Amino acid sequence: MTALLETGKLCKRFGGVVALDELDMAVARNEILGLIGPNGSGKTTFFNVVTGIYSTDAGRVRFDGADITNAAARAVYRAGIFRTFQRSRLSLPLSIFDNIMIGDHKRLDQRLWFNLMRRRAFKREFEQACGRARALIEVFEPALAERMFEPVAGLPMIDRRRIEICRALISEPKLLLLDEPSAGMTHDETAELMNDIFLVRERNKNLTIVIVEHEMGVIERITDRCVVLNFGRKIAEGRYRDVAADAQVQEAYLGVA
Amino acid sequence: MIDKSGAALWPGLAVVTIATGYLIALLAAERETVIIALLILGIVAVAAAARLKLLDAVHGSFARHEDTLGRFAIVAALAVAAFFHDDHFVMLLLTTVLLYSVATLGLNIQIGYAGVLNFAGASFFGIGAYTSAVLNAQTALPHLLVIAIGGLLAALIGSVLLLPVLRTRGHYAAVVTIAFALLFRTFLEVNDVFGGPQGMQVKGMTMLGWSFNDNIEIGGVTLSLYMNYFVVSLLLLIGVFVLTQRLERSWIGLNLDALRLDETAAACFGLDIARWKTAAFVVGNFLIGVAGALFAMVGGFVAPNNYTFEDSLILVSILLLGGIGNPWGVVVAAVIVVVLPEKLQAIAEYRFLLYALMVIAMLLFRPSGLLPRSVRRYFPGQPS
Ligand SMILES: Nc1ncnc2c1ncn2[C@@H]1O[C@H](COP(=O)(O)OP(=O)(O)O)[C@@H](O)[C@H]1O
Ligand SMILES: [Mg+2]
Repeated sequence: MTALLETGKLCKRFGGVVALDELDMAVARNEILGLIGPNGSGKTTFFNVVTGIYSTDAGRVRFDGADITNAAARAVYRAGIFRTFQRSRLSLPLSIFDNIMIGDHKRLDQRLWFNLMRRRAFKREFEQACGRARALIEVFEPALAERMFEPVAGLPMIDRRRIEICRALISEPKLLLLDEPSAGMTHDETAELMNDIFLVRERNKNLTIVIVEHEMGVIERITDRCVVLNFGRKIAEGRYRDVAADAQVQEAYLGVA
Repeated sequence: MIDKSGAALWPGLAVVTIATGYLIALLAAERETVIIALLILGIVAVAAAARLKLLDAVHGSFARHEDTLGRFAIVAALAVAAFFHDDHFVMLLLTTVLLYSVATLGLNIQIGYAGVLNFAGASFFGIGAYTSAVLNAQTALPHLLVIAIGGLLAALIGSVLLLPVLRTRGHYAAVVTIAFALLFRTFLEVNDVFGGPQGMQVKGMTMLGWSFNDNIEIGGVTLSLYMNYFVVSLLLLIGVFVLTQRLERSWIGLNLDALRLDETAAACFGLDIARWKTAAFVVGNFLIGVAGALFAMVGGFVAPNNYTFEDSLILVSILLLGGIGNPWGVVVAAVIVVVLPEKLQAIAEYRFLLYALMVIAMLLFRPSGLLPRSVRRYFPGQPS
């Protein structure tokens, strides 16, 4: 079986810093892969290169049978990859509904004539979209479904994270890249969010997830497999328990020379 | 949360009625002391209403009954025009307000929605105006077509700015538009084809043999010739206003907001950033050009001095004052910015200073403008 996402000798440099160093990665279909490593080891850069925010210096990226090396961000989205950001990146003045629906861009009719002149047809599409957004957010927090047209600016971090995940899931991507979804949340909140992501995945077994996360409890509980990065290089790979016991990994994390 | 007190229609009706009466009084006032007293009264009344939270009720009323109140506002505009039907000066002023509103709505699509700064608004207005001047003099094209061509030319010539506008972000793009505004003026001044610094006369509008530059006689009542232009400009404003609202309340409005607020994230959500910025910039310039083309026929005269960088700043200050992104705010601010200096001759000389102070005060105390844009409601009455 071929991997859903595969990179070969992926390289990314920033001046003298080698953020990704000939990285070979394979993400199997329907797995949850943990991507871990110390700060600055290249995890976010990996997401940025795959999703077309940065271009690669060398190497290849294949997704679902197609070469997407250096594809534009929007082409990557259309191919079925959705990512979240390490720092929350919601559009604060916009409503919950708006923030979620912007993730469903490819399913909404973007033609000028349709949007401006065919308001009745637009209203039907709008009502369907409302239904989709509501159904999704109810999995995470039913109270938010009642406040869909309020700005997100006033919401606490846990709700913002929920909305970001909904925005990622609304388009039913094949691959979800989560960059430290627990950042800014308490332990319990993180656990709750992870359970909700699990619930969604129960319904959609075809969702593959790569998650970057510092809370090792989360990684241990939810991932099928882990890849450990250090200085942009893969230093270990396997089940969490095994990589955690790896001497090289411990050294990387503890900084023991 | 649905604000129950905001669901009533009457606060909206009351405010439109009071504002209409106030505007008539202000326009009719001749003595400087009366005008100043009225202005102070207006400011105090608005401040008091804000204090007493009355404005929230008005806001809710507009959110719920926008269509009804919109129609009522049209009636109110016609009432003001009826009151001053034979007053050339006031009718010209009112027509100016309408066309400045149209131009600023174009600017609003660019700056307010797409976040593309444009400090050359007056230049695109001028392209439309010179189009009217040249085509009305040299050709027999129907004048409505000339107005459309004015818009198209503004959009087309504006497209030379697209590359820098798309390539650079934020303030650099703004600098490019400023450079364009300065170049445009110089270009007009040195070109004798366009009358040089003296400018050109513009033939008035005719439509189906109806000359707009004659007074209208109906049953012994004489209407100012500007009534013709007022009606056409009002129709134009209504059309542009409705389209602006529909644009904002659509997926396209959502796209523009998303890319203005976070371009990188928007690209990750599949948006074609260049396409939407281009569309917003081109459509905005088209609307500004259309307003300019019609305005030239109203004024009967174009000159480089009328389309300077300062005039562009006036358009921007209307947008800032009214509330970026809110078409209602644009119209209210256009009334204030256009009418005030004309009524207060004492300040006319210092009007740029006044605008600057107004904008600074706005940015300091009420950065989202007099009538801030609210969260998107795709359809009226939808809970907000
Ligand atoms: N845009 C950038 N410009 C310069 N250096 C960068 C940039 N992005 C990341 N880096 C560098 O690349 C390395 C990897 O960073 P990053 O991928 O953010 O690490 P992680 O997400 O694993 O903490 C770091 O040394 C970081 O300083
Ligand atoms: Mg990171």
